Amino acid sequence: MDLMDVLRAALTQALGPNAIVFALAAIGLNIHFGYTGLLNFGQAGFMSVAAYGLAVTTVMADLPFWLGIVMSFLAPILLAIVLGVPTLRLRADYLAIVTIATAEILRLIFGSVEFKEQFGGSNGITGYAKTYKDMNPYSGELDLGILRFSKDDLWSVTVGWTLVALGCLLVWLLMRSPWGRVLRSIREDEDAVRSLGKNVFAYKMQALVLGGMFGGLAGLFLALKQASVVPSDYSTNITFFAYTALLIGGAARVLGPVVGSIIFWFLIAGLGSIFNQLTDGADPILPTWLMTDTQASLVRFIVTGLGLMLLMIYRPQGIFGDRREIAIDGR
Amino acid sequence: MDGEQMTDATLPKLGALVDVPNEPGAKKPDPIVVGDDISRQFGGLRAVDVGHIEIQRGVITALIGPNGAGKTTLFNLLTGFDQPDSGSWTFNGQPIHKVPAFKVARRGMVRTFQLTKVLSKLSVMENMRLGATGQMGERWWMAPFRFLWEGQEREITERADELLVRFKLDAKKEDFAGSLSGGQRKLLEMARALMVDPELIMLDEPMAGVNPALKQSLLGHVKSLRDEGRTVLFVEHDMDMVRDISDWVIVMAQGRIVAEGTPAAVMADQRVIDAYLGAHHDTDLSDLDEAAIAEQVMTEIQEGE
Amino acid sequence: MGLRWLALLIAGFILAIPTAAFADDDPTPSESPSESSSATVDSTATPTDVTTEEPVKPSGPGIAVTLVNSSDKSKEFPKGRPLEGVTLTVIDSSGAEVGSAVTDATGLAFIPVEALDTYTVELDEDTLPDGINLNGSNQSDPVKMRLMAPTYVDFPIGATKGEKASFGDKLAQSLASGIKFGLIVALAALGLSLIFGTTGLTNFAHGELITLGGVLTYTFNRSVGLPVILAGLVAVLLSAGFGWAQDKGLWAPLRRRGTGLIAMMIVSIGFGLFLRSIFQYIYSSSTKTLSQYTTQGAHDFGIIKLADKEIAIILIATVAIAGVCVAMMKTRMGKAMRAVSDNPALAASSGMRVDSVISTAWVLGTAMSGLAGVLLAVNSQVNFLMGFKLLLLVFAAVTLGGLGTIWGALIGSMIIGIIVEVGPLFGVPSSIKEVGALVVLVLILLVRPQGILGRRERIG
Ligand SMILES: Nc1ncnc2c1ncn2[C@@H]1O[C@H](COP(=O)(O)OP(=O)(O)OP(=O)(O)O)[C@@H](O)[C@H]1O
Ligand SMILES: [Mg+2]
Repeated sequence: MDLMDVLRAALTQALGPNAIVFALAAIGLNIHFGYTGLLNFGQAGFMSVAAYGLAVTTVMADLPFWLGIVMSFLAPILLAIVLGVPTLRLRADYLAIVTIATAEILRLIFGSVEFKEQFGGSNGITGYAKTYKDMNPYSGELDLGILRFSKDDLWSVTVGWTLVALGCLLVWLLMRSPWGRVLRSIREDEDAVRSLGKNVFAYKMQALVLGGMFGGLAGLFLALKQASVVPSDYSTNITFFAYTALLIGGAARVLGPVVGSIIFWFLIAGLGSIFNQLTDGADPILPTWLMTDTQASLVRFIVTGLGLMLLMIYRPQGIFGDRREIAIDGR
Repeated sequence: MDGEQMTDATLPKLGALVDVPNEPGAKKPDPIVVGDDISRQFGGLRAVDVGHIEIQRGVITALIGPNGAGKTTLFNLLTGFDQPDSGSWTFNGQPIHKVPAFKVARRGMVRTFQLTKVLSKLSVMENMRLGATGQMGERWWMAPFRFLWEGQEREITERADELLVRFKLDAKKEDFAGSLSGGQRKLLEMARALMVDPELIMLDEPMAGVNPALKQSLLGHVKSLRDEGRTVLFVEHDMDMVRDISDWVIVMAQGRIVAEGTPAAVMADQRVIDAYLGAHHDTDLSDLDEAAIAEQVMTEIQEGE
Repeated sequence: MGLRWLALLIAGFILAIPTAAFADDDPTPSESPSESSSATVDSTATPTDVTTEEPVKPSGPGIAVTLVNSSDKSKEFPKGRPLEGVTLTVIDSSGAEVGSAVTDATGLAFIPVEALDTYTVELDEDTLPDGINLNGSNQSDPVKMRLMAPTYVDFPIGATKGEKASFGDKLAQSLASGIKFGLIVALAALGLSLIFGTTGLTNFAHGELITLGGVLTYTFNRSVGLPVILAGLVAVLLSAGFGWAQDKGLWAPLRRRGTGLIAMMIVSIGFGLFLRSIFQYIYSSSTKTLSQYTTQGAHDFGIIKLADKEIAIILIATVAIAGVCVAMMKTRMGKAMRAVSDNPALAASSGMRVDSVISTAWVLGTAMSGLAGVLLAVNSQVNFLMGFKLLLLVFAAVTLGGLGTIWGALIGSMIIGIIVEVGPLFGVPSSIKEVGALVVLVLILLVRPQGILGRRERIG
């Protein structure tokens, strides 16, 4: 058992591109769920339309890269409006079901044989990320012993954390304003807000669009950093994991999603590495009847599921949160 | 008590009501709300079935009636929180029966809720600030830039401070609204509604669950609203209160307006005594046998299917 | 407190039962039973077996499939006549599509894959030549790829030669499958609705309760050796027990602490993920078949054709649903359940024992969902994702009908079932036929936000 390896894997993931994808997606969910109380279970959908917006424009339609970037910003806005119009007037749980359904519809369509021409089927789309890669100013990899990034990752990490920082700044500015006050009030009781003359629907729509754009940003970043768009990357599980990250850090806190994503990936990668070592090789430490290497990769999901339950039951305010201020009544 | 003085100050308006006949659906000289054929059905139950209703401007009108008479439902309909099966009504001469709730409030017709709706995870002060209309900082494109809305926010806070002092909540202003007592919540809701600066304020049982001492001061507040030139429509079960502050009383039973008039006239009305004051006066749900209620629930459900 | 730990223990025990299946978990095709003869995959086949005419020479890692019609054997084609122009799709162990290809004149199709994994080949029925109908499953048994080289697979299908079906015939057939599928969804939807009605919980772990029924059937059938019918019965009983234990061990304590509904919903998401990963841990991600009733010839009833097992599924589901509905209407407990979903506070204050009512709802709800899983397993196959894949459709059904009403759930399920099966006739791509139902869900909510039979809530 090499603890150094475990620590390196955990830290590299916690500060690496995957944590950034989750942080961005969770910032969006924080705006939706943490501040406004909108149960968006379709963040994967927002991510996928942005990623496909870029890939389809650049590869399938053969248009310039920057137009693809514009598309990947427009697509989540459009999706938010299309989703919001029918559902934002409904009860919270209906929104949850409709958003999760829409995300699945999108994933199925993107991956279907019938639309292979347009979306590349289950193999997805590649070959749009050259412009992004060419902008990389770094010439070598980073190796700090317990933290190791390849040249490409180093560039992605730089871009990604900059985006996350800017996102947090925007959220902080917005949420201390009267606009943010209206959102938090809607989370508490939308009828009360309505009775005071606020257009609740419009505010919810604004929140849905803004949070959806962060979801889109997460999808765009994912597409750029791994240079391919594959439908299976946008399954409902990713939304649930992003929620887990958000709840770890604490909903309705500006840095909650970021801290949560870092911790989430630290734990996931650390656990993955530990169990990988335990089951690796010809004569693994754990007997194969107990755990094979395929099963080892499942342990983290089992732990995530259990962790999400326990977190919600015992610390709904997140690890650092203040119980009185939490968005969800977890009591 | 300074009741005498109050009455003097508002005599002209009451005078206007003197000529109004004490009958359901009576025409008023200067109505702020006029409604026709308003009906709302829940399954087989006709919760509201009002032929004609007028609310006089600048006075305090009480809406009374037994439990389940349809008072809250009528409030919901008038303020756009529920949609009627039929009917139309105007506010200040403008038809508003198809106008969404938030626009109704913006036009100056603001209501409170029977079950208070304070925003428990916001501070008392933030609850108050939320009430102010026309805030620039509530638009998303201005929100990130503090200097754009700072000044306005300061004015709003000053106004909120004054109101909180008036409603004796100033000591609590930094507390979470969730920590307030039931009576304090009623006060906060009323104060918050006033932040909207309404022409007509509709209070759904503002004094339920409020202790007698606080009740007296609440009564004072309601009266002062009228003296500021606002119109008040409120629902209340406590007859003493109704007699004390209202200029006009509308009685509902089973969805209909069954009587209308000055407080004295209404309370002497035999139909009102039968429908409201007498018959159901001292029955209390807790007196009923629990098993009987269970049976009743069962039958209701069976009939509902 | 003691009860809670006992309940957790029982729940854990029921979950642990499937580990018995672990011993014969290796999904090597050679173990596949002879009963399911018409859909076996013979991975030991060598390339020479298939290269009768000019072969497509597959190169690189991939799955080479030869599709033959085993009902049409001749001297020339001892294994069956090859089928040309049929789309085959390879699916990896996580259920994701890897790629697809169209068979050539020799019935051969080659789909490149990139990783060593266990794959399943799925056949797109719409691309079968006119007049050929599939009478078995459209999925092959799982193929384990051991080398990064072409892996050869035979996919003999039992196909019947039929006349070219008219649109009316196809519609009737799709309607019949739609009703069958709708009934299975309805079982799960009623279960969900019962639990939602009495507790207000939007249970995202409900899909796993369906899977539980399927995998328990598999375990008792394959590992213990019970006949499928008996195994199914045991699975339903254990599901019910799991429901009881789950309530007592997890949800009842949460209710007592006053946990909010949204918090409980998130707990259920975690619980679902937990269960799903456990199932995958124990069963791996391969798709499995039961020992009996895997492929049956269909009886021809004039306009529709149904296999015996399909008739049985329809009958069992109908009887179960009718039984529950009658119980809800007539028995004291049923009425109490409806009273609790109507107004829990009033029901509690009127001396009803709400906790035991909720407990009953859990037992009944999970038993029904378990039964849905059993029927699904008999109808097709067993996989750790089978319930999760159905979950959205179940939600759609319940939402369509209006959350928390029995009749709503029933009607919603039938609509969903029929749309899913009939949709492809009206242009919904058949590889994603669920999309039609989900789109309809969104559209109906647009017109009737409260669902078809739902009520609006009180304000103020
Ligand atoms: N959303 C609803 N669904 C079904 N029935 C309703 C709904 N809202 C109100 N009702 C019914 O309509 C009738 C009138 O209710 P309402 O709340 O208006 O009475 P109320 O006069 O305000 O009574 P109270 O004095 O007790 O507040 C009652 O019988 C009530 O049960
Ligand atoms: Mg009322």
